[in-house]
Amino acid sequence: MSARAGAGEARRAQGAAPDRPRRLRLRAWLADHRDAAAGSLRRLAREPLSGLMTLAVIGIALALPAGLHVLLANAQAVTGGWQGEARLSLFLERTVAEEEARALARRLRARPEVRAVRVVTPAEALAEFRALSGFGEALDALDGNPLPAVLVVTPAVEDPDALAALAGRLRALPEVELAQLDLEWVRRLHAMLALARRGVAVVAALLAAAVLLVVGNTIRLEIQNRREEIVVAKLIGATDGFIRRPFLYSGLWHGLLGAALAWLLVAGALALLAGPAARLAALYGSAWRPAGLDGGATAALLAGGAALGLAGAWLAVARHLREIEPA
Amino acid sequence: MIEFHAVSKRYPGGKEALRGVSFRLGHGEMAFLTGHSGAGKSTLLKLIACIERPTAGQVLVDGQNVGRLARRRIPQLRRRIGVVFQDHRLLADRTVFENVALPLIIAGHRGPEVGRRVRAALDQVGLLGKERAYPVTLSGGEQQRVGIARAVVNRPPLLLADEPTGNLDPELSREIMDLFARFNQVGVTVLVATHDIALVEAMGHRRLVLREGRLVEGAAEAA
Repeated sequence: MSARAGAGEARRAQGAAPDRPRRLRLRAWLADHRDAAAGSLRRLAREPLSGLMTLAVIGIALALPAGLHVLLANAQAVTGGWQGEARLSLFLERTVAEEEARALARRLRARPEVRAVRVVTPAEALAEFRALSGFGEALDALDGNPLPAVLVVTPAVEDPDALAALAGRLRALPEVELAQLDLEWVRRLHAMLALARRGVAVVAALLAAAVLLVVGNTIRLEIQNRREEIVVAKLIGATDGFIRRPFLYSGLWHGLLGAALAWLLVAGALALLAGPAARLAALYGSAWRPAGLDGGATAALLAGGAALGLAGAWLAVARHLREIEPA
Repeated sequence: MIEFHAVSKRYPGGKEALRGVSFRLGHGEMAFLTGHSGAGKSTLLKLIACIERPTAGQVLVDGQNVGRLARRRIPQLRRRIGVVFQDHRLLADRTVFENVALPLIIAGHRGPEVGRRVRAALDQVGLLGKERAYPVTLSGGEQQRVGIARAVVNRPPLLLADEPTGNLDPELSREIMDLFARFNQVGVTVLVATHDIALVEAMGHRRLVLREGRLVEGAAEAA
């Protein structure tokens, strides 16, 4: 008896050894992946209506955070020129002549806490005001130029306290009538943007969970529909990996195609918004145009969609495939 | 090829399907497993293919203790066993060719070899012209022969059949049994569960008879 068992052991060891060379097995494995990927794509194409509806849900769920991201990126691009860069506007006394103003500017530039100084002469200020305010004709009624010369100081310091101290020192200069520190609203804007970024992250997390569940449910239904096939495959020696693979690819395709749809939705929405946004920018005298999803964001969207799809499929597969056993 | 040592199987509901069954089926042997329905025939076959596990005793297939087989090793076992079912379990949405090719695909075969072996298997069961047909368009006997082609396409050393003629008339049943006998002649170990006593007697192979879970006949005849 034990001798027979021993012979069996030997046979089993023989059977367990690879009966085909490694290269062939690798090729078979790759062919398996190719078949699973193509098969699940065909399956998706075979039921275009239900497939498209699922993809639309995924697409919309992914388009929302992607679109909000684009909005935020644009808001940051618009405000980027003021990024942490406070500016001090020194309105000089009306009695200060242009030459004196330029001399003061030179003196200020020599200070270490000052990075740059731009001189706006009363004539320049008037021209700018005329162009932007729409009160040009009213200005013509005035006798002369009521505007003072202005020095626009870009500080080299960023710390709010240091800025306030600098403003105080500059305000004390005899030539300066008024020193205005444009800082508070920049900081408020940045705080708002930070809040919006956090909000987008929360929305993105919730919608990512939604995508995960949608894909998971889709794959669960697919598993149920193919129950008989799974049982037969298990009966004739399919490994868990073989059975799992088409469903994982199906999840991957759902996520990837949903992300592509999301990209199209965002691009379409931007195309609709581009005209009005350009007109608004023109009213502010800006040539700014809204930016779309750049290469990095597109790659992140597609990769994120694919990863969510794969993860959703994993959830469904891990839960439901083991339950299906031949009986 | 198959060894049962005092095998018992009790299902969760408390039903005892097999009680202390012991027998040995040698390499290249052919045997019929008979008994009334509910006598434990299906359970015995399921234990061999590791679809169920014994509650007590040992089931050895080719020396391998199937009852203790790790889950991930089950596929390798099943690839060496061809199984034919009473309801043949063909996939309705696939052609005859695709159904028969499935075990080869699962075992990792690709390319022209698959077509060659599928056609060889279909030729053996006399269905060479039907490879593009869908199972539903075939008669019951033809469907069963497709099931047999699928079971043998991977050239397994062991062939199990559970009531393969259950839904067929006597003439077709005889044809199917002759088919099994032909595979046996080329060295395949064959175990067929059936309640068709007349047919079994006409075939004249070893008989294993189950009654209420006990093996009452055929245990002693070792090959």
